[in-house]
Amino acid sequence: MKNLDSKSHVRGESVYLDDIPVVEGTLYACVFDSPVAHGKLRSVNTDEAASAPGVVRVITANDLIGENQIGGILPDEPLLANGEVHFCGMPIAVVLAESDEQARAAASLVKAEIEPLEAIVDAREAFAKGSLIAAPKRFKLGDTEKAFESCAHVFEGKTRSGGQEHLYIETQGAYTLPSETGGLRVFSSTQGPTAVQKAVASVTGIPMNLIEVDVTRLGGGFGGKEDQANAWAAICAVSTQLTKRPVKYSLHRMEDMRMTGKRHPYSSDYRIGLDADLRIVAYDVVFYQNAGASCDLSLPVLERTLFHCTNSYFIPNVSAVAYSCKTNLPPNTAFRGFGGPQGMFVIESAIAHAADALGVDRDEIQRRNLLSSGDELPYGQIVESEAREAWSQADSVYDFATLKKEADEFNKTGGHLKKGVAMMPICFGISFTKTPMNQARSLVHVYTDGSVAVSTGAVEMGQGVNTKIAQVAASVFGISIEKVKVHTTNTLRIANTSPTAASAAADLNGKATQIACEKILERLNEVAAELELESWPPVGTGSGGDRQIGPPEGETPNWVELVNEAHLRRVNLSEHAHYATPGVGFDWSVAKGHPFAYHVFGTAIVGATVDCLRGTYEFDYVKCCHDFGQSMNSAVDRGQIEGGIVQGIGWMTIEEVVYDSEGRLRSNALSTYKIPDVYSVPDEIAIEALETTRPNLAVFNSKAVGEPPLMYGIGAYFAIREAVKAFDKENLPAFDAPFTAEKVLMNLHRS
Amino acid sequence: MLRFILNNQTVETDLPSGMTVLDFVRYHKNLKGTKIGCREGDCGACTVLVGELTDGEVGYRSMTSCLMPLANAAGKHIVTIEGINPADGGLTPAQTALVDESGTQCGFCTVGFVMSLTGYSLSGGERSGETALSAIDGNICRCTGYKSIERAAKRICDLQFAICNSTISAAEVAGSQIDQAISTGTVPNYFESIGERLRMLFTEDSNRKLKIENRKWMAGGTDLYVQKHEEMVHAGAVSLFDDPSLRFINETADSVEIGPSVVVTDLLESEVFNRLFPDLYRHLKLVSSTPIRNMATLAGNFVNASPIGDMTAWFIALGARIELRDQFSGDERTIALADLYLGYKTLDRRDSEIISKITFGKDFTHFNFEKVSKRTYLDIASVNTAISLKVSDGMIERALVSMGGVAPTPLLLRKTSEFMTGRPFGHETFAAAELLIQDEIVPISDVRGSAEYKRLLARQLFRAHGLAVSSEQ
Ligand SMILES: Cc1cc2nc3c(=O)[nH]c(=O)nc-3n(C[C@H](O)[C@H](O)[C@H](O)COP(=O)(O)OP(=O)(O)OC[C@H]3O[C@@H](n4cnc5c(N)ncnc54)[C@H](O)[C@@H]3O)c2cc1C
Ligand code: FES
Ligand code: FES
Repeated sequence: MKNLDSKSHVRGESVYLDDIPVVEGTLYACVFDSPVAHGKLRSVNTDEAASAPGVVRVITANDLIGENQIGGILPDEPLLANGEVHFCGMPIAVVLAESDEQARAAASLVKAEIEPLEAIVDAREAFAKGSLIAAPKRFKLGDTEKAFESCAHVFEGKTRSGGQEHLYIETQGAYTLPSETGGLRVFSSTQGPTAVQKAVASVTGIPMNLIEVDVTRLGGGFGGKEDQANAWAAICAVSTQLTKRPVKYSLHRMEDMRMTGKRHPYSSDYRIGLDADLRIVAYDVVFYQNAGASCDLSLPVLERTLFHCTNSYFIPNVSAVAYSCKTNLPPNTAFRGFGGPQGMFVIESAIAHAADALGVDRDEIQRRNLLSSGDELPYGQIVESEAREAWSQADSVYDFATLKKEADEFNKTGGHLKKGVAMMPICFGISFTKTPMNQARSLVHVYTDGSVAVSTGAVEMGQGVNTKIAQVAASVFGISIEKVKVHTTNTLRIANTSPTAASAAADLNGKATQIACEKILERLNEVAAELELESWPPVGTGSGGDRQIGPPEGETPNWVELVNEAHLRRVNLSEHAHYATPGVGFDWSVAKGHPFAYHVFGTAIVGATVDCLRGTYEFDYVKCCHDFGQSMNSAVDRGQIEGGIVQGIGWMTIEEVVYDSEGRLRSNALSTYKIPDVYSVPDEIAIEALETTRPNLAVFNSKAVGEPPLMYGIGAYFAIREAVKAFDKENLPAFDAPFTAEKVLMNLHRS
Repeated sequence: MLRFILNNQTVETDLPSGMTVLDFVRYHKNLKGTKIGCREGDCGACTVLVGELTDGEVGYRSMTSCLMPLANAAGKHIVTIEGINPADGGLTPAQTALVDESGTQCGFCTVGFVMSLTGYSLSGGERSGETALSAIDGNICRCTGYKSIERAAKRICDLQFAICNSTISAAEVAGSQIDQAISTGTVPNYFESIGERLRMLFTEDSNRKLKIENRKWMAGGTDLYVQKHEEMVHAGAVSLFDDPSLRFINETADSVEIGPSVVVTDLLESEVFNRLFPDLYRHLKLVSSTPIRNMATLAGNFVNASPIGDMTAWFIALGARIELRDQFSGDERTIALADLYLGYKTLDRRDSEIISKITFGKDFTHFNFEKVSKRTYLDIASVNTAISLKVSDGMIERALVSMGGVAPTPLLLRKTSEFMTGRPFGHETFAAAELLIQDEIVPISDVRGSAEYKRLLARQLFRAHGLAVSSEQ
């Protein structure tokens, strides 16, 4: 079953924000943003901009009718700077003009008088100065103090992992239209329509029931449009409110890169203790997260770092502390993995450190410490583990020993190319760790011609969630998928949505859709029974039918007649259903609970070749065994794995977010920030499904697949590191990601 | 008034000739299939095909419409996705391949890939997995991880291969590349008539002369539109891109003469260059991407004076000389390319002068080009360098080593080159010369690497030269 949008995508007929036909009278917005990372905003002079050709109005903080506040978690994020600027790129004024070109030209004429204050760009520096977003978070299992005393081996060190620009190919943007009731219609490229609705309500003072947010699809999100789409929608909304005209703002790439936050950079300290059998007995870790200038989603990201700080391993004694450090960078935000990858990088580094020091293979320590079902995770959840199964299946299918031997043989032949191989197991928890967010609704209408319309809170951004939801409806009703249309995500049809994030959208919205369809089916069944319809209900309906293909082979007989008959008998053909994940909960007062519906497991083997003359590298393969549960759409899921792996490799290798000491983004365009191109990806990506029949809480048992594969990319770092070590075994590179060609070469030729 | 064919329609426009084709098609012609990802040539979401009459045939090349001024569209066929979509709502082979392989997720990059793969099907040349990939080397996708797109490209390549093979016997019947593309449904039938329509456009417009109103020159626009996008729209710059008198590659007994508006792809397709530079493809693949190579001129590379211009490094190492012609007085003078650079972005060139010819001697025996950047392909170098040697009887008669990214201007490493000249061709000479380089370069730390790194890279890439030329013997 292909992504249902494929055909309109390849014909260029899919509609994105900037493609929405523009209504007469539309104004174009452009933001004037702070050129200084931290300072007192003495004055803003908009006179020249206001009198520039085509300019209708210039808006500053004082013009807002509602509150100047868009912070989702903490109220610490003004929409427009007032009194102070906190990062380079912070919006100060909005210019509205008759054309996009005029708005941009005029925005450059705004002048701000800013008295610079000291700018902090580094997390540890912020920590030292006591600049924190909130009190630290802690996880504790067992007693590390005591455990370290009994360890045969103890190692400690530091790691760093860099930021990552989302680089959705469609930039951020919004388009707002006034509606006759004094309300607003908002088109937004957002993963969180409700978040946008709330932000718009906050800055305009208009109640949520008068604000309609509509999202057709995104040209990529990856977390970058979970909270950070809010500002642009709020800016357009305020502008529409003040001018009574439609307002559009589609950001240019450099504006987007400069003004929006990225994956959080982390700096961390670890201490790892092992016994004589290489079992990890104790692990002590401190995370310093670079949150940027306001909270945004930094705290839940920080929490997920803690949730995944032991990755796929059972460690009986763990002490983990995490600080969210406030700096003068754009507020960093959600990015696929949501802090999990940052936590995993540290434990993987600690293990590599121990392996180097003990002269054993890294995978030996990894393998001996994998989670088993029944193990307790540092946050109290008893795990249902597939970690060992995934590892052994990867090992037996791909023959890790032979891969390693081949690399060793190759490295003996001399020459300037060296190969490195690394194992990378993953364990990723599925559910929002904030329990109340684990709910969703679906609205299903069956029409008298037999066609079906579904609306949910899920946002389609290429991950195929709408395709999966359509499969659910088609399977439950036993009709062809062509009869089902999943419509735009709209806050009037579905209210109070959770953002499409945490890999959970298909689970939550798919389950809600399943419930809605089953309720309608139940009523149809009654009608069928009264009619004494033969061959009803058809085999396979109600339970998902043939999930792999979506629509079952034979169409449900009498479907249209039955629907019609039901309508004539005044049976309700619509349903608005609600789903809340059962059994999840977490108590932060003790930092224990059962936050996840389930975990996703897997193991990847990554092979790299390093050119030791030039410091460049290529990836020969990533071979993984992945826990899909039972995939309901193998084409979509495979795409998520391949895309996730490559994004993870990018984060670990060539993607380098560079700010200078004054907090200005240096990697501010596609010419200076490089994401993987067609030549940077592994020659081979092999994917095996973990053989498992264990039931789970996923929709149709098809486990969430959005985020977990990104973390296979961490293996790329360690594969390069193995190759560097093969060039010079005395050479032990620091744990400092990304492993750019520069770092590789500097490591290879230290003297 | 500018005239060109947009898909199946001849358009005339009085809009500024500096407006980009991207803005024109999206916001003036409501063709929204072409997407915007960066406006700086780096993502390929805006890729269109540009058809041009050469030797009576229409040849198509992919270009990034975000950097292409309308001026450079005049007299050509501009094809957007709307111009290749089958009218019946169906799919072309490229589209089918991408759908079947799930090569599209969010879809925002997808049209760019379709256009690039279609361009591949329309172009001649060798069919292999490698060439199919290089057709999409300018397209960035953030969702798929490319493997599915690779599989789709492979399918297109197989299809093309099948066509090429099956038509060998019936070559005449099969007709041109375009007839083949029509027969496979790669492009719609109207493509048949484009040649004739372009000829008519050309005759009607041929009395139009290049008007020289000011001293602002532009060629492919790939540098100007990245550096000063807004300004260029209304700059009224005179385009030298399509002037046939500036596009030639001529071989003489001992040298090669090249027109300044020759683009990198022209070199790749040139018989002369492939003969003189056996590693041409491998080396030029390191320079930008297919659509940019289709637009990027040699003179544009020289005159933008970037210290890390790849073609600049290449031609400096060939000892190239450039002819400068004053467009007002007609005066001409010739200087060494290496002498064009006086300081950071300052050139020995008057505003009224254009580069009118590039010449280099053929008497080198060894040549190598090296470049390392953060991302190996479609990236600007941290350091680049080229070397040419004339070796006879085991002695280096002449050495020229260039290096970029290590000083405010592209460098000819004069001391290193002089040192090697007259010395034996062998490891000792290279090992000794390596030490001189460090005195000739003054790298600074920037987003492309620290000064320390660039110094190390300079040494390593020079060593790479040594290995390459010694294996070339
Ligand atoms: C995505 C991307 C990737 C790139 N990658 C690379 C790369 O890998 N390596 C690299 O070296 N460059 C790269 N570039 C830079 C650029 O493509 C090249 O420098 C190119 O050769 C410029 O040529 P152009 O014809 O487009 O120049 P234009 O932008 O048209 O002009 C550049 C300058 O040259 C002047 N000029 C043009 N022709 C003449 C003439 N005949 N006489 C006098 N002056 C003239 C113009 O007035 C202008 O000042 C890249 C650019 C982009 C957008
Ligand atoms: S928009 Fe990115 S290459 Fe043109
Ligand atoms: S499919 Fe989303 S960028 Fe390629």
